[in-house]
Amino acid sequence: MSSQTKTTLNWIGTFIVMLIITMPGIWVILSGFRPLQEILAKPAIWIPQRLTLDNFRAIFGIGETQIAIPVVAYFRNSIIIATTSTLVAIVVGISGGYAFARYRFRFKNTLFLGLMLSRTVPGIALSLPLFILWARLGWIDTQFGLILVYVALNVPFTIWLIDGFFRQIPKELAEAAEVDGCTRWQAFWRIEFPLAKSGIASAGIFAFLTSWNEYALASNLTRSTNSKTLPVGLTDFIAQFTTDWAGMCAMAFIIIVPALVLTFIVQKHLIAGLTFGGVKG
Amino acid sequence: MTEVSLQQVVKRYGQLEVVHAIDLEIRHSEFVVLVGPSGCGKSTTLRMIAGLEEISDGTIKIGDKVVNKLPPRDRNISMVFQNYALYPHMSVRENLGFGLKIAKHPESEINKRVEEAAEILGLGMLMDRLPAELSGGQRQRVAMGRAIVRNPDVFLFDEPLSNLDAKLRVQMRTEIKKLHKRVNNTIVYVTHDQVEAMTLADRIVIMRDGHIEQVGSPLKVFDHPNNTFVASFIGSPPMNQLSGKVIEKEGVPHIDLEGNLTIPVPNRARNHVQVGQQVIVGVRPDDLTPEGHGMSDVGEIVSFDLSVSISEPLGTESILFSTIGNNEVQGKMLNPRPIEGEERLTFNLSLDRTHLFDAETGQNVLGHSDGSN
Repeated sequence: MSSQTKTTLNWIGTFIVMLIITMPGIWVILSGFRPLQEILAKPAIWIPQRLTLDNFRAIFGIGETQIAIPVVAYFRNSIIIATTSTLVAIVVGISGGYAFARYRFRFKNTLFLGLMLSRTVPGIALSLPLFILWARLGWIDTQFGLILVYVALNVPFTIWLIDGFFRQIPKELAEAAEVDGCTRWQAFWRIEFPLAKSGIASAGIFAFLTSWNEYALASNLTRSTNSKTLPVGLTDFIAQFTTDWAGMCAMAFIIIVPALVLTFIVQKHLIAGLTFGGVKG
Repeated sequence: MTEVSLQQVVKRYGQLEVVHAIDLEIRHSEFVVLVGPSGCGKSTTLRMIAGLEEISDGTIKIGDKVVNKLPPRDRNISMVFQNYALYPHMSVRENLGFGLKIAKHPESEINKRVEEAAEILGLGMLMDRLPAELSGGQRQRVAMGRAIVRNPDVFLFDEPLSNLDAKLRVQMRTEIKKLHKRVNNTIVYVTHDQVEAMTLADRIVIMRDGHIEQVGSPLKVFDHPNNTFVASFIGSPPMNQLSGKVIEKEGVPHIDLEGNLTIPVPNRARNHVQVGQQVIVGVRPDDLTPEGHGMSDVGEIVSFDLSVSISEPLGTESILFSTIGNNEVQGKMLNPRPIEGEERLTFNLSLDRTHLFDAETGQNVLGHSDGSN
């Protein structure tokens, strides 16, 4: 077999595998741009006959429409909650990861193990205790309540990932910087932080995606436009007797786009990050 | 004037004491090498001078200033690390200028000093490369450049050559020595390689298990080792050590070695040993030579026959292996000729150059040399 046919076969194989993996996503996005009749047609219409923006008009309440979903409020909530919780998780992750990588202190291993074990608890198992606790504290249906939950979910992961990165940076670099005239703090910001950047970026994108996509806990802890996030907002399309699939798919598209864009932006770091941090972690 | 002075300096990690109350005075513009086997505390000592390790007790002074509590940046030192510790995300130029930039020197001055250092070390072509794009020797040069750019009071070197191959190591060794001649700053240099120590140092500090065993010029520690440890550590191949007992023979003290060999006690040691004392006789391979193949000015000599089991030709000389009693000994053959099988040769032992140590304490029977030259 010539190398050219080999490459061609590789491409065809990759294409088929990718098609299978991305099919549901593609279907959701396509459905967002198709009229409901076409989506529900039996037998299925595989190739879209007519593309339309009507579904988007409908959810934004533009023109003649029956359903208006407060999608802007949901979007705002999602952005605020995901961004804030990611920022906090990253800051805690950097400090924690650095401490675990560089310092010796009592109960270090136990603490690290505890953080990792907390990851083994399925998030949904926490929903009832969290609900009761949050209800008593008056944090139900607040952005703050959800931010706190997401920070707690993400911090063990960000610490773990960032710790792995700092561990790979020889400690002599910071020492050399100190001898060169840096304070401990300068040595960190000018030498160690830039070198761990790709790890921090990967930890950030993961934390963001987790918060952005989370549904189960958000659906329990939110009530109204005060704090409802986009994934929870999707259920607004399910009425007692009908489900507006077209509208739901259009909104799903709105949810997917920012995550996709963000992932593309940091993709280079992400690949470097996952292969680099993954080895030693 | 920048002296470095260590007074009763102790380092403990929890209960474990790794450096035991050492005293050391390093003079202005002196090149001092700390040498010893791994785990002897030499690197810890250097790091305490740098301020990268806190001292547990005692006093460290740089110049007139007690620096016990000062962070590294306030000590006006620079350091070359074993793994070079170049900043991987900065070009050679940025690496060299980093310290000056942190100290907020004006850009024009930074450029000038960086160029100067680059010229001294021949880094001109490499200025815009990243450390990952440099060879081991080039990285080593950049690390040295980064150290000299800041013109510190004291240079600290932590095994800077141990990651280089043998040929490059010899070359860089010479460059370091030239560098010292040129900049003339005080240098404290750590190595486990006694050849490096001998060739570079004005004074050598030999350490073992957190103690200083001897301080002195290379020739002093070579010619007058304080104890058997220094004797075996300095010099290559190492000094032969033969155990024996002082006896009286024909009214003169002799040493009865294993293997039916008796040699007179060297003149200079006669008043320092007693009959019946167990001693260790130290003989360097250079002072145990086959007849006609040794140095000419050897003074008082004892001759005996030994059979040679192995010879290692090195060109200008051969190392000969033999045994005295149960001890393997090495001798040196200058102007060598091939050795056939187990040849039996007459060896000359230069008595004036033998060293006598007390078997129990391992200390030189002539006492210790002081810390000066």
